[in-house]
Amino acid sequence: MAIDATEVPDLVERMPAFPQGVTKVLDLASRPDCAPKALVQVIEHDPVMTMKVLKLVNSAYFGLSRPINSINHGVVYVGINTIKNLALSIAAIGMLPKSNKAGLDMNQFLAHSLGVASVAKLLATHLGVPDKDATDFFVAGLLHDFGKVVLAQFKPEEFRHCLDQAAEQERSLHEVELESHGISHDEIGGRLAEAWKLPTALAHAIHHHHHPEHGAEDGGDGMCEAVFAANQIVRSLGFGDAGNPLIAEFPPLVSERFGNDLSGLMSVLGDLSGEMEKARLFTQL
Amino acid sequence: MHFKFWGVRGSIPAPGPKTVHYGGNTTCIEVRGENNELLILDGGTGIFPLGQSLVPEFPLKVHIFITHTHWDHIQGLPMFLPIFVPGNEVTIHGAADPITQRDIGEVLARQMEYAYFPVREAELNASMSYLNIQEGQSVQVGGVNVRSMLLNHPVLNFGYRLECEGKVFVFTGDHEWPYNIYNKDDPDYPDYQQMVDEQRIRVVEFFRNADVLVIDTAYTDAEYPSRKGWGHGTFASSIEAAREAGVKRVFLTHHEPTRSDADLEAAFDEARKSHDVGRERDPQFELAREGVMVEI
Ligand SMILES: [Zn+2]
Ligand SMILES: [Zn+2]
Repeated sequence: MAIDATEVPDLVERMPAFPQGVTKVLDLASRPDCAPKALVQVIEHDPVMTMKVLKLVNSAYFGLSRPINSINHGVVYVGINTIKNLALSIAAIGMLPKSNKAGLDMNQFLAHSLGVASVAKLLATHLGVPDKDATDFFVAGLLHDFGKVVLAQFKPEEFRHCLDQAAEQERSLHEVELESHGISHDEIGGRLAEAWKLPTALAHAIHHHHHPEHGAEDGGDGMCEAVFAANQIVRSLGFGDAGNPLIAEFPPLVSERFGNDLSGLMSVLGDLSGEMEKARLFTQL
Repeated sequence: MHFKFWGVRGSIPAPGPKTVHYGGNTTCIEVRGENNELLILDGGTGIFPLGQSLVPEFPLKVHIFITHTHWDHIQGLPMFLPIFVPGNEVTIHGAADPITQRDIGEVLARQMEYAYFPVREAELNASMSYLNIQEGQSVQVGGVNVRSMLLNHPVLNFGYRLECEGKVFVFTGDHEWPYNIYNKDDPDYPDYQQMVDEQRIRVVEFFRNADVLVIDTAYTDAEYPSRKGWGHGTFASSIEAAREAGVKRVFLTHHEPTRSDADLEAAFDEARKSHDVGRERDPQFELAREGVMVEI
């Protein structure tokens, strides 16, 4: 059965965030002396909250003269109280259930997303991207699999079928999705990002995270390549799980960007257990 | 272009013998273009006496620009006489509420609901219209061009820059200069600082070469540390920014409701001394005072 991508944006309006994010936002917001940076940290570790906050600040409500790339960036422009109340209104929708009919383990999914986010940021630094833009890589890593949350939430039977098939046949998940439903999670996430006027580089990195050669721009800062690479690295480390059983080798574009293949880049990066431990902390309630 | 202060007090009206000189009404400024176009900035309690003064001009056309919807900037609107009189055309411009996704008309109509006010918005006799402001958008009222910019406050707050025949008038509404939310040793500090610096440059550009700048100056430098994050400026921040932007004349406003006339002057005197106000090429700094009319 084909999935109609045009109905997705409306569905996501009512989509709740992760239990970890919701619980922490409610807790922080109940303290009058809540530090802005603590609130930012919670939002930027929750894919649903991040996506929705970026959607709002990039919307026509503000018509800002430049795209907003990260939660910090949003706080500078629209103020911490507006961001806080927005997070509260998202928290009020409820929480994503820990298990769903699709059989996607949300804790493992969150670990995967956070892991890719941290490694993507690390790779940004590795590529010599300035500090202030490295945060954008983190956001791209965090949101790259957003389409899967949407599928698990709104098309659980169809998505379960894909997850099962990918596991049984040891095929990559996005190919199974494409074959079964005519659309895959990378495209769903990318289209949402575009529909919501998120920064173009971010939308591209989400849309093309399985095929960076389609999204990477000449002279770009390498966000697409970094998200692709981070995705493979985190899966090689066995950290988290987002339902894809395969680890892909680097296509030429990615090896060129890093001057290394997957195992080469991993040995250059060295021990990532500290980074992964930090990411895991956020998945715990 | 000329303008008149009808309310200069912040947060809540402060009537009484101790505030009689600077005035106790909350924020409201009347601005007139060269062809007597009528614009009003904010609808604090000062808009009530302003409304009474407009009776001889009925039927009239008025454009009200709301900087933000905190009480002290809208609480006079339900008592603004022109909205009850047929033939008047009232257009209200302001920010939509992005949290509840209500537009400015819905936000303002709520303060006229049954529990709060006897007349419902739908019963107003004037012809009422509401327009959501977007940042950077410019609105033309006769010969007056109004441009808006989002300024930092605990709710969406638009500053307005009015230009008419080469003269420039800027009003911030409520505004606290963004500050770094990280500590110097946090990894996010430099990244955030860069964004804060960029935003400051944009705001100063918005003020650039204004003939008159009316700027939120709620706190003394000593009061500020315990009120950081509340969304208001200080004597220091206003003086610095006006100098940087090359503004000619500056009116400091949003006076604290607890500040008597004497206290306010004492605070201003101290700020003038500590910031060496009056040095060469300095803008002219004054305290905003209810009832004062200024020709630009
Ligand atoms: Zn105020
Ligand atoms: Zn206010």
